[in-house]
Amino acid sequence: MPQIFHRSANSIARVSIFGAAMFGIGALFLTLAITRSSWATRRDTVIPQPVPFSHSHHVSDIGIDCRYCHTSVESGRYAGIPPTQTCMNCHSQIWKDSPMLEPVRASFKTNTPMQWNRVHDVADFVYFNHSVHVNKGIGCVSCHGRVDRMPLMRRENTLQMEWCLACHRHPERFVRPLDQVFNMEYDAPHDGGVLAKKLVEERHVQSLTNCSTCHR
Amino acid sequence: MSAPTGSTPRFVPQRPPVIAAGHTSASVTDKISSVVLGGTPRWLFGAFGIAFTGFMVFLFAVTCLFAKGVGIWGINIPVGWGFAIICFVWWIGIGHAGTLISAILLLLRQSWRTSINRFAEAMTLFAVAQAGLYPILHLGRPWLFYWLLPLPNTMTLWPNFRSPLIWDVFAVSTYMTVSLMFWYVGLIPDLATLRDRTKNPIGRTIYGMMAMGWRGDSRHWHNYETSYYLLAALATPLVVSVHTVVSFDFSVGVIPGWHTTIFPPYFVAGAILSGFAMVANLAIPLRHAFGLHDFITERHLENMAKIMIVTGLIVTYGYAMELFTAWYSANQYEQYAFLNRIHGPYRFTWYGLIFCNTVCSQLFWFKRIRNSVKALFVLSLVINVGMWLERFIIVVVSLSRDFLPSSWGMYFPTKFDWMTFIGTLGFFMSLMFLFIRFLPMISIFEMRTLLPGSKTKQEAA
Amino acid sequence: MHDSDGREPEHDTHGHDAGVRGSQEPALAATRAPLMERELWRSLEDRGRTPAARVRVQAEILAPLAEPTSRRSFLQLMGASMALAGLGACARQPIEKIVPYVKQPEDLVPGRPLFFATALTIAGVASPVLVESHEGRPTKIEGNPEHPASLGATDRFAQADIMRLYDPDRSTVVMHLDDISTWANCTEALRVALGEQLAKRGAGLRILTPSVTSPALAAQIGAVLAQYPDAKWVQYDPDGRDAVREASRRAFGAPMSVRYDLSNADVVVTLDSDLLTSGPGNVRYARDFMRRRRIHEGESATMNRLYAVESMPTSTGSVADHRVGLAPSEIALFTAALAAELGVAGATRPSAALPDKAARWVVAVAKELAAHRGRSLVVAGDCLPVEVQVLAFAINAALGNVGPTFVVTDPIEVRPTAQHEELAALASDMQSGRVETLLVLESNPVYDAPVDLAFGDAMRRVPNCFHLGLYRDETAELCQWHVPAVHELESWGDARAYDGTLSLQQPLVEPLYDGHSSLDVLMLVAGQTGTVLDLIRSQWQVLYGGAGFEKLWRRTLHDGFASGSQFVPRGVELRADAVRDAATRLAGTSASGNEVVLRFDPNVHDGRFANNGWLQEVPKPWTKLVWDNAAIVSAAMAHELGVETGDMVELQTDGGKVEAGVWVLPGHAERCVTAHLGYGRRRGGNVAAGAGFDAYALSTTRSRWGGPVQVRKVAGHRTLVTTQEHHDMMRRNLVRRATLEEFTANPHFAHEEGPAPARDESMFKTFEYKGNAWGVAIDLGSCTGCNACVVACNSENNIAVVGRDQVRRNREMHWIRIDRYFEGDLNDPQIHHQPVMCMQCENAPCEQVCPVAATSHSPEGLNDMVYNRCVGTRYCSNNCPYKVRRFNFYGYQDVKTPVLQLMRNPDVTIRTRGVMEKCTYCVQRINHARIDAKNENRPIRDGEIVTACQQVCPTEAIVFGDINDPESKVAKMKRETRNYGVLEDLNTRPRTTYVAKLRNPNSELEAKA
Repeated sequence: MPQIFHRSANSIARVSIFGAAMFGIGALFLTLAITRSSWATRRDTVIPQPVPFSHSHHVSDIGIDCRYCHTSVESGRYAGIPPTQTCMNCHSQIWKDSPMLEPVRASFKTNTPMQWNRVHDVADFVYFNHSVHVNKGIGCVSCHGRVDRMPLMRRENTLQMEWCLACHRHPERFVRPLDQVFNMEYDAPHDGGVLAKKLVEERHVQSLTNCSTCHR
Repeated sequence: MSAPTGSTPRFVPQRPPVIAAGHTSASVTDKISSVVLGGTPRWLFGAFGIAFTGFMVFLFAVTCLFAKGVGIWGINIPVGWGFAIICFVWWIGIGHAGTLISAILLLLRQSWRTSINRFAEAMTLFAVAQAGLYPILHLGRPWLFYWLLPLPNTMTLWPNFRSPLIWDVFAVSTYMTVSLMFWYVGLIPDLATLRDRTKNPIGRTIYGMMAMGWRGDSRHWHNYETSYYLLAALATPLVVSVHTVVSFDFSVGVIPGWHTTIFPPYFVAGAILSGFAMVANLAIPLRHAFGLHDFITERHLENMAKIMIVTGLIVTYGYAMELFTAWYSANQYEQYAFLNRIHGPYRFTWYGLIFCNTVCSQLFWFKRIRNSVKALFVLSLVINVGMWLERFIIVVVSLSRDFLPSSWGMYFPTKFDWMTFIGTLGFFMSLMFLFIRFLPMISIFEMRTLLPGSKTKQEAA
Repeated sequence: MHDSDGREPEHDTHGHDAGVRGSQEPALAATRAPLMERELWRSLEDRGRTPAARVRVQAEILAPLAEPTSRRSFLQLMGASMALAGLGACARQPIEKIVPYVKQPEDLVPGRPLFFATALTIAGVASPVLVESHEGRPTKIEGNPEHPASLGATDRFAQADIMRLYDPDRSTVVMHLDDISTWANCTEALRVALGEQLAKRGAGLRILTPSVTSPALAAQIGAVLAQYPDAKWVQYDPDGRDAVREASRRAFGAPMSVRYDLSNADVVVTLDSDLLTSGPGNVRYARDFMRRRRIHEGESATMNRLYAVESMPTSTGSVADHRVGLAPSEIALFTAALAAELGVAGATRPSAALPDKAARWVVAVAKELAAHRGRSLVVAGDCLPVEVQVLAFAINAALGNVGPTFVVTDPIEVRPTAQHEELAALASDMQSGRVETLLVLESNPVYDAPVDLAFGDAMRRVPNCFHLGLYRDETAELCQWHVPAVHELESWGDARAYDGTLSLQQPLVEPLYDGHSSLDVLMLVAGQTGTVLDLIRSQWQVLYGGAGFEKLWRRTLHDGFASGSQFVPRGVELRADAVRDAATRLAGTSASGNEVVLRFDPNVHDGRFANNGWLQEVPKPWTKLVWDNAAIVSAAMAHELGVETGDMVELQTDGGKVEAGVWVLPGHAERCVTAHLGYGRRRGGNVAAGAGFDAYALSTTRSRWGGPVQVRKVAGHRTLVTTQEHHDMMRRNLVRRATLEEFTANPHFAHEEGPAPARDESMFKTFEYKGNAWGVAIDLGSCTGCNACVVACNSENNIAVVGRDQVRRNREMHWIRIDRYFEGDLNDPQIHHQPVMCMQCENAPCEQVCPVAATSHSPEGLNDMVYNRCVGTRYCSNNCPYKVRRFNFYGYQDVKTPVLQLMRNPDVTIRTRGVMEKCTYCVQRINHARIDAKNENRPIRDGEIVTACQQVCPTEAIVFGDINDPESKVAKMKRETRNYGVLEDLNTRPRTTYVAKLRNPNSELEAKA
């Protein structure tokens, strides 16, 4: 009786069978890759702002302390985005007619707030609190990266749960003396974690990984 | 004890044969393949139409469900599970017969199984498919069903392996996979037969692909037998394990009426009971419609009836034991739970249960009833209803009155509950009809082995 | 109207939170089918299928075709299917805006709430509160701990007021007839109208206000009346407490205010009074009363004793040591008999006989009172007739209670008047056309005035009616001009508390709409300029003038009240003739025939809260009825009327007739029907719409609080929705209880079932809780079932209102519920309240079965519920022995209505459709306290964390704290021998435990009863 299929059909059959399995597994890892990608997490992508504010200029060139603008970082949940007034403290004197700063002046004149685009944005069901992290000796750099080297602000880390947990499971790897929290250049002494141990003890740093730590 | 071989002629006259006399291997092949290769009988269109309408109802119900939420069902607090879980357990149970027939009876050399195992397996597949739908549909946020699978994720979270629902996920998916492969492997030789017999070029190509180049040479047969028996061996423990795991959904809970150790055995027994009832419900019409009396003989029907007697007795024992334990435990909550089944607002379901599963299944002791096809068909239907009621009682009645009287509440199904249930029945039947139309509902080559003088099976074994 | 299109039908039935606004037709269409379903269910429950039910079944089967799939549903479906397609996995967060201040207010830390002291008023009486404000929007109301009228607690009404502030149904614009107008036009019209009046010295001008305790407002009205000498100022409140004022006028010669000091009372007798949970001062009364009742081991084991005589069972009655149900007329006789028994000068024993139980009572109670001279108290409810009030005064006077427990002070109202007479006069003036300009300031007489005044018709004869109110209500409808009022949280003001303490109201937020306050309007009338604030300040200068006013003002602003402004007790002379007169009048009366008892509803009060979803959905004490009022009768009376719960009856008085659904309530008095006021609003808003019947239709000037009534069964059925169908404890030892004697005899009575399983009796490794371990202890003896905790929890935790239909399907969302069980005789039961919230079990059955670990345990022993992880299998709820978990069967939260977004607590996630939720012990508050403590590098102090339910509880029944700290209040309570856990034998190891209830019955009555 005549052959229905060409003999190549055999290999096609084999390939397709194993191929299907491979495809399934591949798709899984692709999805995971996408969720971790900087496209999905907006990591390292610069988000346009009404005013191209340069942290690197204000921090490293001028040497303004983080808390000059982010006033509530030690006391509140939010670090605090400075009111227009804070900008005008200086910019009513210097660069007072730079076109770049027009939105700021406009905001101050018309008493309408600036509208910045959020760079570090955790999901709405996550309750992050700056004050406790800062007061336990977690440096700004640990989450926000070398802001002093960012002409335009970008997200240094994914801010995904796995990233949070990496620290929450081993806070001792990240704590620093309180006076170093706002220091951009701080590098921990290579003392085999002696200092870290000491800090953890005196600041009662805990590894909190239960759900209600962040989710309510 | 394999009657057809004629090695023990003494017994032959007393029991009807598993295949009528006068058949040749050619006639068998013709007869069975003609169902597939011949034209579609008109009634099949009608039947399929009805079933498919049911399927459409299902789609409508599910659309509303996804659009609005599980609130469209009758579930509430305290009764958080309703039709969805009842039907899930029910369908899974029905699936069991297929596996039992094809795997266990195969290993036990019950040659009478050959003529019913094919569509019994098909039934298993389709039933499990229905069952598989429910756990996803009943989720509050069904689009997140994949969180129940152990997939790597950016939250570094795994499922809670302590939860019986996770055990379900594994049990059911394994069951589905193994049954599917078992069924498919069994089909291969017949697919080849169809490939060679069909006149239709498209059909030939499709059957050809599915037959995977089966040419029936000895190597093929050898591999076939090995894999088939291997899968049978794999499937056998599943018959027991799947429904055991399903029963854990309840017995792991603390709710009176759930928290009992007797569940695994009597769930399995119940599953097989309802499974065989369903097989009978399918076999009898098919046999009639396609004139397969020669292949599905009184002998088969009688054997199924006998199995229902046994499993019926087991579940009855289960019911009795539950009551006894409740009384013996001297636990007021447990005791009330069972009094509530008998006296409570849902008592009619309990009486229904006893009537359907205990009384009806035991009617088969009478040979006249056992041998009457009509009686068998009707009683099987009744038993299926009974098994559904059993799950209703376990799920709903137990939940509706648990520990604190303050939070007691009634559950009543809404139209959407009914539509979903009826919808899956339609879905199931549609698949069934497609199967009998396009695939041989009886294993052709295995039937040949039943013919007098054929020794293939014995050698192979 | 923005949501009248494309709304999924179910949402219409969800009541307030789901935003039932816009056209009602789709709502009705959509609710119809489910309604039918439930009717069928009911009849099934009653185990008899009516033909009607069968018809409904058919209708139900046809119903799905009737239900339109709206655009929104379709989009939802799309969303769901996309997600199903797996796209959900790679979804990106949209970019959000950050909008900082231009000039940041001082001492405001973003994300940290500020608290401001102010006061809310009902009928002019201030209930002092602290209001939590997040970046300038008030989100939660709490009691003012320093204020004598609050001591940190509030009642349910104050809690719910936040929802009134953000009520989407509030009137938002000035209306002229049925057209939208402007404030300017209104003022112009007012100016013209007043111009005419000025000529005739205001002869045609009337000003209608609620009772006024506010010095500023009174002064302003005074200023107006100075310009319009012939104008009249009418005060009217449905709960104007006329009888009390009149009684004190007769008995003491002047309308004095009466307040009670329960901290000195050993024996209290309430006559048809819900002393502890409603009326002025109830919060403080409850606190003092329970403090005299709570027993701690080692301390003196004495309890006060409460006798409650009442028609409609109240929360107060539910905690009484002895209760007797008597019809109002019998209560009058009882009082007379009691006075006579006590030998009160001028008292005469009534001729008519009392029911023998009551007769026994007279003797026993009199004996008890006589034995506690100066340490007892007899309280007559505001709704009782003047004569009874007078006798109650006389009894207290005779017992030497005036002073220690029965405190008489100057009236807290600035101008105490007989309000109903004034209102009647106003009505007749309007009828006869003598009124040309009427200012209705924040009252609603068309709805709540006695029907025989026909106030509405009278108003139609007034050419210029100006109405100021929060809602465009029944009265506003008949006024030419309606001006939206500001909510009390939006305006300046002052008012006196029940004890005269002068409290200051300050605005928490800019008026949401173009609203005005009564002071605003009156300044306009008086032709004054300037701000309300100046007005109040100047008025206060009059009161507290002189040097250091600025200091006092700032202090008051901070505290919320002028310290030491409480009225001092006044010695009074009881007029014997008044007593004799009252006694003789009562002696003449007899008790026969059926009576209707009209009382304020425990949830919606006089109707002002009818549009408040939180209060509508709170299960009422005793009945557990929601979203409805009913004709409440005793079992015996129901039997003789041949009705049962749900049947319809017609009530007819001289005022009119209404049809009402029957509710059979154990413990209700014989021969009388209770109908709660405040329902059946015609223009109450979309939440109030369709809830209950209007019992004001039965109330006349003569029989204000009820009187003779004809009751007859009529056709029809009303499905009255309750949250608790079963009231029998089924011999399960859930509420453990004993009398004081039993307790002293056997202090371990609560543990007779044997101890709970040992800690290590578990498959899983026992976790050792180091550091904080949170727990709650609830004193069952102290719970009055007042529901304040339920409302507080709703407010704190953004709990959705699901609406009548969903509650009927057992889908209410309350995280804390108050279980109610009856015990004993059906006609005279004991009632037990048991607040139930998540037990935070250490061996939590829910955690073990959740397939995705959405609920898991914290090292502090909290049973964390993670909404964003929940997939909604509902397995946890099934496996919860306490059934405290709540499921979002639909998207219950209204996320579309902007104004409701302002109301939410930003510290608690809004739950979406398909997720489980439950009590978290207010984990947001725990976290705040923990973070503060950590920032200061110190442990959390006891009492630093206060859960919402604990905070609001007037009787301090709920105590939260660290059970690992032996000194904490909760640890001490859990060490009490009466402390036990419900269903402990399941080895769930609940963190919420209960302190068994104690009663202090009078052996004399107990023996006979």
